[in-house]
Amino acid sequence: MAEMVKLFIDGKEVEVEKNSTILDAAKKAGSYIPTLCYHPDLSPTGACGVCVVEIEGSPTPKRSCCTPVSQGMKVTTNSKSLREIRKTIVQLLLSDHDVTCPTCSANEKCELQSLANYLGVDTNGLPAILERKPLDETSVSIVRDPNKCILCGRCVTVCSELQTVSAITIAERGFEAVVDTFFSQGLGNSSCVNCGQCTVFCPTGALSERSEIDMVWDALLDPDKVVVVQEAPSIRATLGEEFGMEVGTVTVGKMYAALRRLGFDVVFDTNFAADLTIMEEANELVERVKSGGPLPLITSCSPGWIKFMETFFPDLAKYVSTCKSPQQMFGTLSKTYFAEEAGIDPSKIVSVSIMPCTAKKFEARRPEMRDSGFQDVDYVLTTREFVRMLKSAGLDLKELPDERPDELMGMYTGAATIFGATGGVMEAAVRTAYWMITGKELENLDVTAVRGMAGIKEAELDINGLKVKVAVAHGLGNARELLTKVRKQIEETGKSEYAFIEIMACPGGCVGGGGQPKGSTFAMRARRGEGLYAEDKSLPLRRSHENPAIKRIYEKFLKKPGSGVSHKLLHTFYYKRCDLSGCTIESVTEKHANHH
Amino acid sequence: MTREEVLNKYGKSKDNLLYILHDIQDSNPRHYLTEEDLKEVAKWLELPYSYVHGVATFYSMFSLKPRGKYIIRVCESPTCHLMGASNIIIELVKSLGVGIGETTKDEIFTLELTSCIGVCGVAPAMMINSEVYGNLTSEKIAQIIDEKRRESK
Repeated sequence: MAEMVKLFIDGKEVEVEKNSTILDAAKKAGSYIPTLCYHPDLSPTGACGVCVVEIEGSPTPKRSCCTPVSQGMKVTTNSKSLREIRKTIVQLLLSDHDVTCPTCSANEKCELQSLANYLGVDTNGLPAILERKPLDETSVSIVRDPNKCILCGRCVTVCSELQTVSAITIAERGFEAVVDTFFSQGLGNSSCVNCGQCTVFCPTGALSERSEIDMVWDALLDPDKVVVVQEAPSIRATLGEEFGMEVGTVTVGKMYAALRRLGFDVVFDTNFAADLTIMEEANELVERVKSGGPLPLITSCSPGWIKFMETFFPDLAKYVSTCKSPQQMFGTLSKTYFAEEAGIDPSKIVSVSIMPCTAKKFEARRPEMRDSGFQDVDYVLTTREFVRMLKSAGLDLKELPDERPDELMGMYTGAATIFGATGGVMEAAVRTAYWMITGKELENLDVTAVRGMAGIKEAELDINGLKVKVAVAHGLGNARELLTKVRKQIEETGKSEYAFIEIMACPGGCVGGGGQPKGSTFAMRARRGEGLYAEDKSLPLRRSHENPAIKRIYEKFLKKPGSGVSHKLLHTFYYKRCDLSGCTIESVTEKHANHH
Repeated sequence: MTREEVLNKYGKSKDNLLYILHDIQDSNPRHYLTEEDLKEVAKWLELPYSYVHGVATFYSMFSLKPRGKYIIRVCESPTCHLMGASNIIIELVKSLGVGIGETTKDEIFTLELTSCIGVCGVAPAMMINSEVYGNLTSEKIAQIIDEKRRESK
């Protein structure tokens, strides 16, 4: 039992754990304290000062986010002078801010905007002193606009503590202070893995995805193009939020309808490719187990994780599955399999993906991702960009009917849906690997040990008497911890205790992706994940190998998992990257490393 | 001292970051830290590159650009300001032909500002490298600059 402390918030007695902050206590007491730099999932920096409170006996106000409680403390959360302080802080921030709300990507999602609005701050209260700094547009995934930065430090905390990438820091001081990369070389020339968590946590529009909306509209409005679209598993669990639906609502049918209203010619689903990934990856796992190939097999769906691995763990590259991510498998097939089946010249096909992810933009542009003879995926939109397109077309998701995807590459099973939550790929792969090894179907499909928000999850699975130890990590800090352990085991004993590991770059998996709605908290990510598990449970088919569209593509096109065609189109190789600039040094695995 | 010698002198403890940066900068005749320096220090101490960059740019005593043989630091704290530091700065800008933070073409002088150097009794004051000059006037400035210029030849 933790030691408890009693204190008074606005005259109300409240009891909290000894190491709580005043802000925690105020929440418990039901007193609202406005905050700006504070975020429930990050350690407080105390940078902004908006959350100040008065403490009896203290000569000056204190920041409640980082002031610990003490026995008998008497706290006032609202007073004339506190209101003045808060207003002045916001006014000072606005005087050094590029106030272009109407066109800002963070409009209506901006915490500075709403705080200024709630506090009734006059934007003309102080003269503007903004000195324009250049935008960082070096990255294909993320754009950094220092003119909208309020130096709250959340992005730096996320990048260093949560993701252990440390691509950015606060450089210089005073008015010159700026969030910056090493020697101002830009995110595109840094160790940034494009995960985009900074864009989710940024309270303003200072960090956002590099938008591809205009390119997609151009393609949609070009009568000579056939625009094919895929949507990642997690999108169906986050789209609804942006239209006022409850967090975690699955809106898959309305999503298809919305895409058709926007003018996409063919509406498929990344879930199809997720099922296909499972076929290839489970096959790879079974092959490696049988032939004594490199174990643990580590998943490869998350492009933020892949660049992280190439940068910080290139020695583990041979353990990583050679499978392309579902997005890239889909992209290649959209310009080969689909083009053939539909009798369309692949040069006319524009392949678009709707992703929870900013790293997918980078992945689509990796030079090796052209196995169809074209850039396999042309444009990648984040959930946020997709929502903007829907709003610009006057579409309200809630009002749309439920529609079905186009079948050839649109049908999917529950195994594909759970790809969007941490542990989902592992669970889906186990369902199919069990069948591949034993020839029998797994009875209890719910591998609950690998579900949920714990940073690192472990389980021992029993596949017909064969004991297999697996692990799941999400968030790159957790990935680093797990893989450091694996690396050590391999160095010391020649092998790891795990046979199979799933890694997702973002906390919560794709439902918590860097392209998801701004302001996603861990609690929201967990609810979105539950939404996906509920959809899985409700579907008639829950094993990837039962998907009729998957059976068909193997019959007509790919032959069998791990075949020559599969290896040519659906598998890839990895590089070793410079940990300073992120540039490639050399390839460390081979593309056609076919073990059989 | 070479960079390697500095690194070896201090060992791998992260607490030594500032000392290491100072020593490396001091061993450079142009009084600055190169990109290579920051890279090697980050590797040595196993700190993120961006972090070392953040530290090196936060402290005004470090420079990432080559500086002159003599670094002139004019105190801009309240006492010196009241005693006419702004005129001293104008005088220096004029006679050196450079702005604040810049280095003369002949690479002899770099003009910088500093917060209080603790000699308020002789304000306005400035430092040239580690030497303090107080009770500054226009005439005194011209004389000091001339002298230093001669010394450097």
